[in-house]
Amino acid sequence: MRKVAIIGAGMTRFGRSEATLVDLLSQASLAALGAASLGERRVDAVYVANMGAARLNRQTAVASALVDALQLFPAMAESVENGPASGASAFKNGYQAVASGMADVVLVTGGERMRAVNNLEATDFVASLSHPQAEYIYGVTLPALAGLFTRLYMDRYGVKPEHLARVAIKNHANAAKNPYAHIRQEITMEGILTSPDAVVNNPFIADPLRLYDCCPVSDGAAALVLCPLETAQTLGGPVVRIGGIGQATDTHAVHERPDPTQLSAVRLAAQKAFSMAGLTPKEIDVAELHDAFTILEIAESEEAGFFEKGKGHLALEKGVTALSGKLPINPSGGLKAKGHPVGATGVAQLVELVWQLRGEAGQRQVKGAKTAFACNFGGFGNNVVASVLQREG
Amino acid sequence: MSHEDELEGLLRPPAMDMPPYPPKVITLASGEEMVVRQIDRDEVPTLLKAIAPLIWVERDFYDVVAARLFGELLAYKRYRVRDEYCLVGLIDGVLAGIVNGRAVSPEVGMSYHTLTIRRGLRVGSHLFAAKMEYHIDFLKEQEVLIVAESPIGFRRWMIEYPLDKKYEVQHELGGVPSWTLTKKTYLAAKPRLVAGRRPVSEKLLERAKAIVLPGDELVKAQVLGDKEEAL
Repeated sequence: MRKVAIIGAGMTRFGRSEATLVDLLSQASLAALGAASLGERRVDAVYVANMGAARLNRQTAVASALVDALQLFPAMAESVENGPASGASAFKNGYQAVASGMADVVLVTGGERMRAVNNLEATDFVASLSHPQAEYIYGVTLPALAGLFTRLYMDRYGVKPEHLARVAIKNHANAAKNPYAHIRQEITMEGILTSPDAVVNNPFIADPLRLYDCCPVSDGAAALVLCPLETAQTLGGPVVRIGGIGQATDTHAVHERPDPTQLSAVRLAAQKAFSMAGLTPKEIDVAELHDAFTILEIAESEEAGFFEKGKGHLALEKGVTALSGKLPINPSGGLKAKGHPVGATGVAQLVELVWQLRGEAGQRQVKGAKTAFACNFGGFGNNVVASVLQREG
Repeated sequence: MSHEDELEGLLRPPAMDMPPYPPKVITLASGEEMVVRQIDRDEVPTLLKAIAPLIWVERDFYDVVAARLFGELLAYKRYRVRDEYCLVGLIDGVLAGIVNGRAVSPEVGMSYHTLTIRRGLRVGSHLFAAKMEYHIDFLKEQEVLIVAESPIGFRRWMIEYPLDKKYEVQHELGGVPSWTLTKKTYLAAKPRLVAGRRPVSEKLLERAKAIVLPGDELVKAQVLGDKEEAL
């Protein structure tokens, strides 16, 4: 197996876009290809992560459409649909193609145009990833599942609404420094929780989750260019190597898990990724976690091994996960504020980490970051992809 | 009485006695405090300067709302609309949004427009709620007739309150069907949608006395987002 590096990263601004899905994918791809200094090299394979084009945009085979739009013929191309973990799944496929020697240059692009439909339909579309007979048929939505999960987490581990709000406040502050973020608006504890007006500013969506505990519905795309590490080392500039990738699954229906607060797929995927990279969680400098709901950042930070189970909210309280803390989490603003175009998310997390490791993250740069971790959370934790990136040298 | 005064008497609508809207302060999600207060006619020219550039912004129907609001406020200043009023939201003195409407009768109010300049903090929703508060709580009307010109407005008013259809009534903003916020619906929605506290401190009121116009850059960033339309 060859070692694999990421030589290009790019994305569109997340938010509401009037561009078509293929235009969004093209813009992100061109940004990544432009950053990759490919020279005469051609793209051998294209993996496109997308969850809902067939339903949201009446379009299928988006990888073929992207190849056509960018005239990348005769590159191999395929679309990857793995729910909200589509992005990291496509990245994993790209990694395998380069590592195996099947391809030398791979473009991995993720994108979604969710705001083509109204919020109710977007919520229903995302809910279609839940168990059809045990969950979806009863009207369960992702905010509802997350609300149930949060209530249990609060009861068991002492997480309070203030902790959830702290995640949102931190990630909004980070997103305010990110020109690609959907929501670049700082918020305060007073404004969203403690003032008499907070109940209007921040209404309950799925008790105990409020508006600012939930990610927005976003359009956007992100892209990466992969190649063998030895090729990357000849291109000049900082080299970012893919240290490890792990993937694990869990029961489809959340209630079938022995303890629903245990996200075992996150734990197992992270363990595999760390093992492959030869690193431990303690050696990670920066992380992007899948905070579609604020509670998930706390829970994933524990399952990934950064903090003891039930202690993630205490680390947050101490500022460990702040941009200036010992382990900054979601410097991009996370899904919470950077936005969550589902197919793009897993790729966008890695784009942010590449920029962090290359020292190109601007105002939100984590000083001296050399190791990075990403968790792309599919379903409600039933299909998770974790990745570890390392800066060479 | 001069001929011109006599004509003015015919052209100027008679005014109903309307109690003033008492100012209030709302803490926004950002932690900033927005003072909501009523303006008088002398302040209209200042508002027009802020509204005029938005007449050319197509995004989210800002063009339609701005053009109509410009005309409505001009007519208010020059006494050509009956029983109109205008409320503004000011954050640290800077104009964040404008709403207006009028009293049709002692029983019925009519909402005209809501123009948000500082977006992303429910400023428009807070100001719309203040407008409803004025009609129902202070003017003691039984219902407010409302239409929406943008999808955002439809979601915020028709769905969020929710409003009732009153298609048999012609709203003054054109041929679109009218909806109504009844006193009953307003009182049910009030705890979750109407924010703010009174009285406003002297310090905040003083700061909100003069309307500071937001710079073009702020307007561009907040209203246009990453769109390319020029101001």
